[in-house]
Amino acid sequence: MGLQMFVTFNPWNLLLLFTALECSEASSDLKESATSTAQHVPNAWFAAAGSEPDERISVFELDYDYVQIPYEVTLWILLASLAKIGFHIYHRLPGLMPESCLLILVGVLVGGIIFGTDHKSPPVMNSSIYFLYLLPPIVLESGYFMPTRPFFENFGSILWWAGLGALVNAFGIGLCLYLVCQIKAFGLGDINLLQNLLFGSLISAVDPMAVLAVFQEARVNEQLYMMIFGEALLNDGISVVLYNILIAFTKMHKFEDIEAVDILAGCARFVIVGVGGVLFGIAFGFISAFITRFTQNVSAIEPLIVFMFSYLSYLAAETLYLSGILAITACAVTMKKYVEENVSQKSYTTIKYFMKMLSSVSETLIFIFMGVSTVGKNHEWNWAFICFTLVFCQIWRAVSVFALFYVSNKFRTFPFSIKDQCIIFYSGVRGAGSFSLAFLLPLSLFPRKKLFVTATLVVIYFTTFIQGITIGPLVRYLDVKKTNKKESINEELHIRLMDHLKAGIEDVCGHWGHYQVRDKFKKFDHRYLRKILIRKNLPKSSIVSLYKKLEMKQAIEMVETGILSSTAFSVPHLAQRIQRTKRLSPEDVESMRDILTRNMYQVRQRTLSYNKYSLKPQTSEKQAKEILIRRQNTLRESMRKGHSLPWGKPAGAKNIRYLSFPYSNPPSAGRDARAAESTDDDSGDPGGPSIKFSTHSRVSSLQKRPQTQEVIPMRRLHRGGKTFNFGYQRNASLEEDVGAGRRAVLRPKPLFYTVDEEYESGRESEEESSAVGSRWTADHGHSREHHKSHSSLLRRK
Amino acid sequence: MGAAHSASAEVRELEGKTGFSSDQIEQLHRRFKQLSGDQPTIRKENFNNVPDLELNPIRSKIVRAFFDNRNLRKGPSGLADEINFEDFLTIMSYFRPIDPTLGEEQVELYRKEKLRFLFHMYDSDSDGRITLEEYRNVVEELLSGNPHIEKDSARSIADGAMMEAASVCVGQMEPDQVYEGITFEDFLKIWQGIDIETKMHIRFLNMETMALCH
Repeated sequence: MGLQMFVTFNPWNLLLLFTALECSEASSDLKESATSTAQHVPNAWFAAAGSEPDERISVFELDYDYVQIPYEVTLWILLASLAKIGFHIYHRLPGLMPESCLLILVGVLVGGIIFGTDHKSPPVMNSSIYFLYLLPPIVLESGYFMPTRPFFENFGSILWWAGLGALVNAFGIGLCLYLVCQIKAFGLGDINLLQNLLFGSLISAVDPMAVLAVFQEARVNEQLYMMIFGEALLNDGISVVLYNILIAFTKMHKFEDIEAVDILAGCARFVIVGVGGVLFGIAFGFISAFITRFTQNVSAIEPLIVFMFSYLSYLAAETLYLSGILAITACAVTMKKYVEENVSQKSYTTIKYFMKMLSSVSETLIFIFMGVSTVGKNHEWNWAFICFTLVFCQIWRAVSVFALFYVSNKFRTFPFSIKDQCIIFYSGVRGAGSFSLAFLLPLSLFPRKKLFVTATLVVIYFTTFIQGITIGPLVRYLDVKKTNKKESINEELHIRLMDHLKAGIEDVCGHWGHYQVRDKFKKFDHRYLRKILIRKNLPKSSIVSLYKKLEMKQAIEMVETGILSSTAFSVPHLAQRIQRTKRLSPEDVESMRDILTRNMYQVRQRTLSYNKYSLKPQTSEKQAKEILIRRQNTLRESMRKGHSLPWGKPAGAKNIRYLSFPYSNPPSAGRDARAAESTDDDSGDPGGPSIKFSTHSRVSSLQKRPQTQEVIPMRRLHRGGKTFNFGYQRNASLEEDVGAGRRAVLRPKPLFYTVDEEYESGRESEEESSAVGSRWTADHGHSREHHKSHSSLLRRK
Repeated sequence: MGAAHSASAEVRELEGKTGFSSDQIEQLHRRFKQLSGDQPTIRKENFNNVPDLELNPIRSKIVRAFFDNRNLRKGPSGLADEINFEDFLTIMSYFRPIDPTLGEEQVELYRKEKLRFLFHMYDSDSDGRITLEEYRNVVEELLSGNPHIEKDSARSIADGAMMEAASVCVGQMEPDQVYEGITFEDFLKIWQGIDIETKMHIRFLNMETMALCH
């Protein structure tokens, strides 16, 4: 099966390889000719002046040196991208092994080529480039897409585990290796304690992002997922802080001079660096959220603000020797909630995709470097050191997992089972972080740097490949508790009720529980923060819009099953109809869920679907388009027939209220949609949207269309109170506007009441209503009819 | 609680009945006294003293649940006027974490008890069914925290939920079949996949911080 994959992308890659080879050969050959061509050019000019008669103007010249660095970097990135494409084409593969495996292989490949052609690789990785340019995007992306709700629910455990775990690992491994080094037989006597500790700190930097994709495939339970995620998030920051502190120690005159004072100072510094970084990040997050409040008219710079402020937080923190990583993470987390509501829909999409792109590029480059370093002459192999490193890494991780979780389980309501802990232990995959730190060790302080690099590489390869590939089967074998992602409105409803109930009971008991704290924060947030930071603090009543979407989806489902006929309600279709309307599709459910979650105390993340390597794919627009067209045709026909509403309701009278909203800002619409979409990435916020729109729903994009169509009339109305008929004309223009993201939800203006006639055209809705086998009471029928009607209203646009 | 022999016998009795430990009972008793103003019973008005409860959208349902005869196991319907400490504990015991070491049937029993509590919250007229009106009522209350949501929306959601429940419980329905309401069995069916054990419980263990009533 692996072969199959390779076959698919080999053709492209071969091409790329040839190009690369060509270039590298060309460059080595042309080093001299490059200089000579450089001379030729001025000569050519002079020849015109007639100074050197025997030179010719060269018709074809090659100047490779000029473009070497960007050219090769681009090639590498392209190669990695092609590999990724191939990787995902073969569906089973992402579930089998983490994507980082693939990237490493590509890196090795490139490294092999470079080594083979004896080409000097461009010096793209040094300390400043890594820390200033390559690292921030990666961290920003993980912070931004973090599902906040489960993170904060498990915050205590995560902090305890990530923080202490990193420390325990670092010191444990370092000390054990030091002891090993003392054994004369291994020839490692010159590595002192500090160096060992430093090595321990950098090797303990886990990169479990790699396994998260595998976890997702296996649908492990939320808690477990969150622990690993949280660890990934905090781990980088903590190990870099530790690394820097230890480097500072190493730079001090002599190891023996280090006193207890210094060690205490080191600890204090650790805490200050960490906390200070976070505070910085939060401050910058608020500032940028505040600024985005005013960017209505210059929405093109909104992504810029987001990125620049995050980056600024990183740099500012680094200036003060605080942890830039933690700063940028905190900034992303803080900023996200408010920025998402303020920026326009397109900016939001831009931010998301650009962030992914940047982090993807960074990661690729780092892995390429890793590959390049692997295939090279700068290695030092020492069996003892390397084997013991591997062994100690595993042992200490096991120790830290079991010990720390044993303690934290006492405080947790839902303790982690032994199985969970085994999984957590096994997911200790090292990645690019460790490699970078090892690579950047200053040679002057670490004469044995090559050994460290080799050992790091071995650990990375071992853990990534062996652990990465086998963790999937392991999860399945251990039958780890799965998420019970039952998608139903009822579930959502009940769980919301229970959350409130619990909070209430806790109040009665006088018990300061989880829910209280979160509740207090939410109140504070609503009362102060949102007013300051969010553009025209829009109340989040997207329920109706979401529900409309829901209705629309349902009707569309009916359309698709061919139920929609141009004339009367015919019996053969009845059965189908009943079937169709029985189940609310997952999207509907999610809409409703979102509605509920937005307005409740707490929002518990139900669906974790964050995948570092991919954003959800677009829905099929073609289908949606077709449906829309069909729908409109039917509607037009039905309008001609002039059906009256069942149940003798006055056309449009009551339905108006259903549609009317207190405001109708197009940006707000976009925001709302985005709010809904944000949960794609599982950003459960307190009071924030947590809906996950299943991207497989072709309906989503369809909804986007009709919704966007509404926007335009709205805008017009907003500006000049034109009529509603724009809705019709908008059709054509909007069909080009496909694929602008899974935007849903907009708020129609109250003005829609003008379209009374549409209610009459809601034949499908009538049919649907009667088709629905279960009749509640006449009352219920009414309300359902409402929904159907107004959903048809929307759809027709 | 005093150290008198009779008091501890009471405690032990309560321990047996409700399953709380003596520490928890003590703490809850203190809280009970706070709420009741040192009276032996609590009335509905006493719950007004809990400041944070005001902001809870389903406040009325929660308070009502305390006095519901069905929860107090005193009768099939109706509301008690006042509850004593034992009743208070009975209600609280619905929120105890289920001890995972108990046997399957016990766990199932507890689960059912908790679900029944929830069911009673929905079914306000005690007719054993959650009708659409009651459902709507619940949803409206839940969403009442947000002033911009209209009644219609809440109703639609309730309708949708009811429809879904119908499909889960009854499956295919004839065109003129009417779905009366959700019975307790149906309710159990809906809850089948969801583990209420992890959701409906409060940690009575660490109650150090006690909010004060005025």
